[in-house]
Amino acid sequence: MGKRTVIPFGPQHPVLPEPIHLDLVLEDEVVVEAIPRIGYIHRGLEKLVEKKDYQQYTYVAERICGICSFMHGMGYCMAIESIMEVKIPERAEFLRTIWAELSRLHSHLLWLGLLADAFGFESLFMQSWKLREQVLDIFEETTGGRVIFSVCDIGGVRKDISADTLKKIAGIMDSMEKELKEISEVFINDSSVKSRTKGVGVLSKQAAFDLGAVGPMARASGIEMDMRTQGYAAYGKLNFKPVVEKKGDCYARTSVRINEMFQSMDLIKQCIAIIPEGDIKVKVTGNPNGEYFTRVEQPRGEVVYYAKANGSKYLDRLRVRTPTFANVPALLETLKGCALADVPILILTIDPCISCTER
Amino acid sequence: MGQQTIKMISSNELLAETLHLKNEGYRLVAITCTNKDGMELSYSFDKDYDFINLRFVTDTEEEIMSISIIYPFSFLYENEIKELFGVNIKDISIDFNNSLYKIPVKTPFKTKEGEK
Repeated sequence: MGKRTVIPFGPQHPVLPEPIHLDLVLEDEVVVEAIPRIGYIHRGLEKLVEKKDYQQYTYVAERICGICSFMHGMGYCMAIESIMEVKIPERAEFLRTIWAELSRLHSHLLWLGLLADAFGFESLFMQSWKLREQVLDIFEETTGGRVIFSVCDIGGVRKDISADTLKKIAGIMDSMEKELKEISEVFINDSSVKSRTKGVGVLSKQAAFDLGAVGPMARASGIEMDMRTQGYAAYGKLNFKPVVEKKGDCYARTSVRINEMFQSMDLIKQCIAIIPEGDIKVKVTGNPNGEYFTRVEQPRGEVVYYAKANGSKYLDRLRVRTPTFANVPALLETLKGCALADVPILILTIDPCISCTER
Repeated sequence: MGQQTIKMISSNELLAETLHLKNEGYRLVAITCTNKDGMELSYSFDKDYDFINLRFVTDTEEEIMSISIIYPFSFLYENEIKELFGVNIKDISIDFNNSLYKIPVKTPFKTKEGEK
């Protein structure tokens, strides 16, 4: 047994966009244990539900995360709509699905760029983020915002997308698909990328289940779990299957996210092909009374929104369990036995979002 | 969305009920605490989208056993509830002793906004 050393990793580190701290226990250069510390950016957003009424809180929910902002808003609205038994217009369901899949696309492209940056492939990083800009441009054109766009509301959505713009988005998806194919070839086939990701940080199917992994982290280990298959929003009317890989390493997690991007483009085009005409919002009156657990598939995996209401305009409780919160234990498991040099890549492959995690 | 079940239990049934669900192949999804007429704890589990919640109401005095002996990764949920709500959870596999979150505000948050 080599000499044991403890290396503090984070909370500030070039590979980490947000602060998380790990005490890495090493034997020579191999990690034998990792002890996490979070809590540097806890904002008390769940407690804020006591000060903001249930309508105002939609804007707070969207600010839980800057990357899956739309899906946080959607998850919150779905929880309140379920309690109030509000049926939103069908067109709103399709619009929500389009913006949700665009969000997944931009989140995965952002992650691909960060991964490339972490292993020093700067041109790949720039190509990934260049592609992402096109998605942000669609957000700007359809909502007026590029990051937090506040279009989801209890009862539907606040903005419609015209037929011409939908046609244009379908065209952009076609051209993006070709460009994504080019860069995904590098992520999948380049030997230098493969040497940093293949066989690194293996999470078995059993371990992924035991540790409660969700999203691409679970699907890359062979668990076919995707909340979209439950048919919320317009997903029940679309044709798709969860993207699953079996090897459970960094390469498999990369592969799952790349294939999910192609899937998102296809889902957006399916939505555009069959989106019905009609209203985009129903008027919601009164206050919620009851409780509901909503589960939505965010880019990083299942997010749980629990809302408990008492008939007043203020909720008794809002609980948000984010996917990164669920994936931290799986990350700790994959770190065991890895080389110190692989730690940054491994942290990135869970696609951590610490702001989401700490709320 | 799929079926949502809430099963009321007593606090001393928690470990047995949790072990039963683990043996049935359920995944721990989340643990939630609600400060409403006591501390209402909900343990959420999923198997093939079947969503089950074990629920009981406790106070901050009663000792609640950690389920980390059954689901080791429950430690993050339990540390959060212990720190922010003051629920007396015992034997957590990794216990941060009320320092999970580095915030300047005194925890636990036992009162709600507007209450004394």
